Amino acid sequence: MTTSLADVASSDATLRAFLHGLPGVDRVGADQRAAMLSTRSIKTTAKAQAIDLAISMVDLTTLEGADTPGKIRAMCAKAVRPGEDAPRVAAVCVYPDLVAVAARAVAGSGVKVASVATAFPSGRSSLEVKVTDTALAVAAGADEIDMVIDRGAFLAGDLMKVYEEIVAVKAACGDAHLKVILETGELASYDNVRRASWLAMLAGADFIKTSTGKVSPAATLPVTLIMLEAVRDFRERTGRQVGVKPAGGIRTTKDAVKHLVLVNETCGEDWLSPEWFRLGASSLLNDLLMQRQKLATGRYAGPDYFTLD
Amino acid sequence: MMAVFEYAPAPESRDVVDIRPSYGLFIDGEFVDGAGPSFKTVNPATEETLAEVACAADQDVDRAVRAASKAFGPWSALPGAERAKYLFRIARLIQERSRELAVLETLDNGKPIRESRDVDLPLVAAHFFYYAGWADKLGHAGFGADPRPVGVAGQVIPWNFPLLMLAWKIAPALACGNTVVLKPAETTPLTALAFAEICVQAGLPAGVVNIVTGAGATGAAVVAHPEVGKVAFTGSTEVGRQIARTVAGTGKKLTLELGGKAANIVFDDAALDQAVEGIVNGIFFNQGHVCCAGSRLLVQESVEEELLAALKRRLGTLRLGDPLDKNTDIGAINSAEQLARIRSLTEAGEQEGAERWSPACELPEQGYWFPPTVFTRVAQSHRIAREEIFGPVLSVLTFRTEAEAIEKANNTPYGLSAGIWTEKGSRILMMADRLRAGVVWANTFNRFDPTAPFGGYKESGYGREGGIAGLEAYLDV
Repeated sequence: MTTSLADVASSDATLRAFLHGLPGVDRVGADQRAAMLSTRSIKTTAKAQAIDLAISMVDLTTLEGADTPGKIRAMCAKAVRPGEDAPRVAAVCVYPDLVAVAARAVAGSGVKVASVATAFPSGRSSLEVKVTDTALAVAAGADEIDMVIDRGAFLAGDLMKVYEEIVAVKAACGDAHLKVILETGELASYDNVRRASWLAMLAGADFIKTSTGKVSPAATLPVTLIMLEAVRDFRERTGRQVGVKPAGGIRTTKDAVKHLVLVNETCGEDWLSPEWFRLGASSLLNDLLMQRQKLATGRYAGPDYFTLD
Repeated sequence: MMAVFEYAPAPESRDVVDIRPSYGLFIDGEFVDGAGPSFKTVNPATEETLAEVACAADQDVDRAVRAASKAFGPWSALPGAERAKYLFRIARLIQERSRELAVLETLDNGKPIRESRDVDLPLVAAHFFYYAGWADKLGHAGFGADPRPVGVAGQVIPWNFPLLMLAWKIAPALACGNTVVLKPAETTPLTALAFAEICVQAGLPAGVVNIVTGAGATGAAVVAHPEVGKVAFTGSTEVGRQIARTVAGTGKKLTLELGGKAANIVFDDAALDQAVEGIVNGIFFNQGHVCCAGSRLLVQESVEEELLAALKRRLGTLRLGDPLDKNTDIGAINSAEQLARIRSLTEAGEQEGAERWSPACELPEQGYWFPPTVFTRVAQSHRIAREEIFGPVLSVLTFRTEAEAIEKANNTPYGLSAGIWTEKGSRILMMADRLRAGVVWANTFNRFDPTAPFGGYKESGYGREGGIAGLEAYLDV
């Protein structure tokens, strides 16, 4: 792969030709590779290292219609100080109207504020609304925007529409980082996951993210594997590094560690930091804290020894 | 600098196996001494002696064959459903003891526990389950209404998959009503002896299964014994030739599973990441100690550079070391002798002009080790492209067209297996039709299943094991 990527998006036809020219993904083989990597045995010091790394990569998330400023402040407090001497998480992730609350709550802590904009989770609105949604979240203090792609347009083959929307939202982000949610559970095939990953990266995504958390299946290991392969190949081709964020359905320490193993053996150390890999989760953090304490003391404490958000 | 994410050692416990200081032969349902000088079996990863094993001399082999002969009458007279019960019991015992058997296999053979635990043992149990299912249905297998067993089967198996090869041989033989005398390889006899204990545990009638340990001479005695009606051998082509000569004209039935030099063919439209995994699995699985290993990579010139870069990057992540560590991908070479053979052939590769490459890889000081190795710029005329290396060594050749790929793939004295990597279904069917190999995998490699027949063309042997075809070798048809 040596040709320039500059002209790929110059027309519908070139974009389609490029994305459909990417190497295919064999579902059986990808599933087997992910399954093999999930048998890695991570124990003792490696487990301790993995747990702390995973905590530092968590985007602590609440995306409920019932979210209130009080709930956001409570979650932010936990994000800054998840537990005794545990590292802080990477970011909190909230709806746009609660960004200002979150930004005040985490100010000065190093925890970033991410917001799901662009008519999340369906993405079914006009580009104008999406761009405004994004701009408002950024203006309220969001460091990171999690946008959803228009899956309808993608599946209908209108790849240019998806591309242009990402470009427009990226422009609206200003200095904020853009995470593009592919909603892989709706893309139907692994080939589509790879194409959507490249499409998002070509359009300027800083991160590619699996899911909104509102659709099942969400972040599966094979899908994360394919997205990791995509960012690895993209950097090899363009020199630009893009992050990956599996989100939705990652609830246990075991799941989180399996994801870290995937990163380690697919992309290597360059991606093993909160700057390049995130775990979108709400209930994962407490399990990480529980396993962390178990490792330190040899005993499990009950769930009441760990705070609710 | 400390690595961001270093896997701590995760060794499987040795405590689950109880290795005795010495083992006898298993004849007529009992462990007995052998008349030959006993020998030691070592752990190839550490060179530590694991146990002393009896060596069967000619008179021991004779006793074993006579015990099998005596047991044949009543065993073959049992209704198939009764034989099936024993086989199902053996299969379940293997499952129950699978952790112990996997550790024992890894200690004696040097293969990673990940493979013995996740591949070998599940397949071993599956073979017994599968052939147990056939024991009462032989009349429906297409060999006539009432096919008869052959008698005593003399079986000689190799060291690369000790327990799996035992299962491939013993399960169909017993299901068909034969009795067996089996000789495991001298470097890996321990799991066969553990299997003898399982036969006792399962209440298998005495003499139905006999295990005689020893080296080549013991195997030769088994093959040559006049009361053996069927010989089954898996191993080198060279020994296979000797066996074919011994058996010629005796009326014994014979199946041979011999060497291979399989072509793994990658087209430019292949799913690249999965093809890389398939290449790794094709040649570095079990340290390349696989007769159907994909040791010749044929890659279409248009993707050669891209594929090799991806392959080399992937090989950098392979974890070589303690086979008992659950995170190990590449274990030890089975014996000093095999290591020497791999070394000499790879040196020949360099001398003949191929380019050698290995990932940065630290080898343990004790034991027999060889790093995963890739040779590029290999020509068909090089020895490393012609001869079976039986080690973690991949030879890379290129082709331009389908026709050239077929021609090169078939241009070998062997014909055991082949692999095709392409996203184009019609090409898979066309290639599979033209490749002269017993097994052709498409978009995968080294996958086994008891229901699928396995066997080779040309110098890779004759006869089939596995599936319905595998019954034929043990029936008088």
